[in-house]
Amino acid sequence: MAHNLIQEKRVFMTGNEVVAWAAIAAKADIMYGYPITPQNEIMHYWTRLAPKYNKTFLQTEDELSAGFTTVGGVLAGRKAFTATAGPGNVLMQEPMTMAEMMRLPTVVVVQQRGGPSTATVIYSQQEVTLTTLGGNGEGTRIVYSTANHQELYDYTIKAFNTAWKYRYPTFVLGDGYQAKMREPLTIYSPEDRGMQIIAPQAYVGLAGMPGLDRPPAQHRNTYNLEEELYEKVSHDVAEFERITPEVAEFQAENTDDADLVVVSHGVVFRAVREAVNNLREQGLKVGYFRPVTLRPLPVQQIKEFSSRVDKILVIESAYGQLARLFKDAAYGSTAEIASLFRPGIGITATEIEDRVKELMETGLRKARLRKISFGR
Amino acid sequence: MSQQPKMPRSWRVETKPHKFCPGCGHGIILKFLGEAIDELEIQDKVVFGCDIGCSLLSWDFFNLDSVQTHHGRTIPVMTGIKRARPELICIAYMGDGGGYSIGAQHMVSAAARNEKITVILANNTQYAMTGGQMAPTTLPGQKTETSPFGRDPEVTGFPLQGPEMVASITPEGAYVARSSMSNLLQLKGALKKALENQINGNGFSFVESLSACPTNWRTNAKETWGFIENEMSKFFKLGEIKAPGAEQEAVR
Repeated sequence: MAHNLIQEKRVFMTGNEVVAWAAIAAKADIMYGYPITPQNEIMHYWTRLAPKYNKTFLQTEDELSAGFTTVGGVLAGRKAFTATAGPGNVLMQEPMTMAEMMRLPTVVVVQQRGGPSTATVIYSQQEVTLTTLGGNGEGTRIVYSTANHQELYDYTIKAFNTAWKYRYPTFVLGDGYQAKMREPLTIYSPEDRGMQIIAPQAYVGLAGMPGLDRPPAQHRNTYNLEEELYEKVSHDVAEFERITPEVAEFQAENTDDADLVVVSHGVVFRAVREAVNNLREQGLKVGYFRPVTLRPLPVQQIKEFSSRVDKILVIESAYGQLARLFKDAAYGSTAEIASLFRPGIGITATEIEDRVKELMETGLRKARLRKISFGR
Repeated sequence: MSQQPKMPRSWRVETKPHKFCPGCGHGIILKFLGEAIDELEIQDKVVFGCDIGCSLLSWDFFNLDSVQTHHGRTIPVMTGIKRARPELICIAYMGDGGGYSIGAQHMVSAAARNEKITVILANNTQYAMTGGQMAPTTLPGQKTETSPFGRDPEVTGFPLQGPEMVASITPEGAYVARSSMSNLLQLKGALKKALENQINGNGFSFVESLSACPTNWRTNAKETWGFIENEMSKFFKLGEIKAPGAEQEAVR
């Protein structure tokens, strides 16, 4: 048996190489791709691994084609994926709306670069809105935002399983830093850790004579009547909401007693965790909350902590893309929501600590003033 | 019992009568595609993909596994299926807007890569589903909703020569032909050869068929026929443009 596809071992790799290995581990069959920085090396490594593992690759003419050939691969019953970034992610939205409508388990790895337009090839968190809600629909898709290379490996494997289990298009949202950096991690075959890999199933090209042995397998994304469409979309949205508690993931610490909770995702979370730990050591009551799934968001957990806490600080390498999603989920909370937005640029723990202290001092000053005025 | 016309075996009876307008070319082209599929005995191996535009109405036309895709994107979807499952026979069915305009990059690239799929394109010189706008194939002087005074080639160019373009960029092994709903034997021959070319794994196969849109042309039966035979034929020459092997057979 091909159990030990990948011998468990410690490695030191770039994030793009990690994604290629994870796709092998997840038993992906075929990658379709178009060059765009910073995701290129996913294709570079996949094309080198492909002959050894009996996999296939097709370089397409653009991201529309990369997305639609991925759709085709999935329809044929193969685990198909692609990877993109920035303007390529914009083009990718058209095929992924077809995947949303037809419930196709496509997997797309996005390594965010600066935006809008061509911007930088380096880094940002500016593809959150696009990746979570980029289509002409309701955003029935799953988005994992990773923070380090181990997660890139784990969640790329998980993305294939989630996609084929629930049949919603699934994204792994990384960024240029994660793509290009080298980090230590452990690679492994999921089966060796007792994880089940979900097998794909074909939508077309089924066995038997269509119309004789079985009805023809016919799939469409166009509807004639408003009511027909309403029923279809309502069903998909309801199912998406039903699976949200199973799918949504988060990471949180010290939110119970915190005066201030820092919210972040992806690679920025690493700086946030360091800053929060430092501030705790200095005696400040600070916690953190990090959604791992940006779609669906862990709404229940967001509501719980944001109803308890006085202040929330949202930090991201974008101008409020996470904050918009977060505020929607936290609706009803009376906490003050502050921000540290740095579109297209990295954020250090020191910056975060300074911002938190500034906010907490303002809070203390206000409390003191209130006490004084009440005293009179 | 009334005499019923003979329909292909791969025809899906429950979805008939079909959804195309009276006089439309799609029904005829699809009927002969069905006959070609029957004769080649590939009904259980075919995946039929249709585009957006009137061609989408064929999504449940046959007893074939079928996918209706997006405007211009049927070629990449079928390419994706073929690359993932080479044993399947993949047919991409579209109009001239899908193949020559919004999806032109896919047509060019699939042709240049010699993708082993079969593309069938109905050319009716305009966008029919959206109400009769000018297409890359609109004839000079032809009136459409976006060229109400007639297409002026100085401003919007000449009719795009699809098969000629595809023939010039495909490597050896490709099959390229133009046929017409007004010449059914030739149409069926071309469709069959295009499918055989894929079955034999030779390369890309492409058939453009001249088609009719009396609804948007605002023509009666006689005028419709006349437009195909007398007007379209001035720009769109019927015949086999490219076939595997040095000698190109005359088209029957």
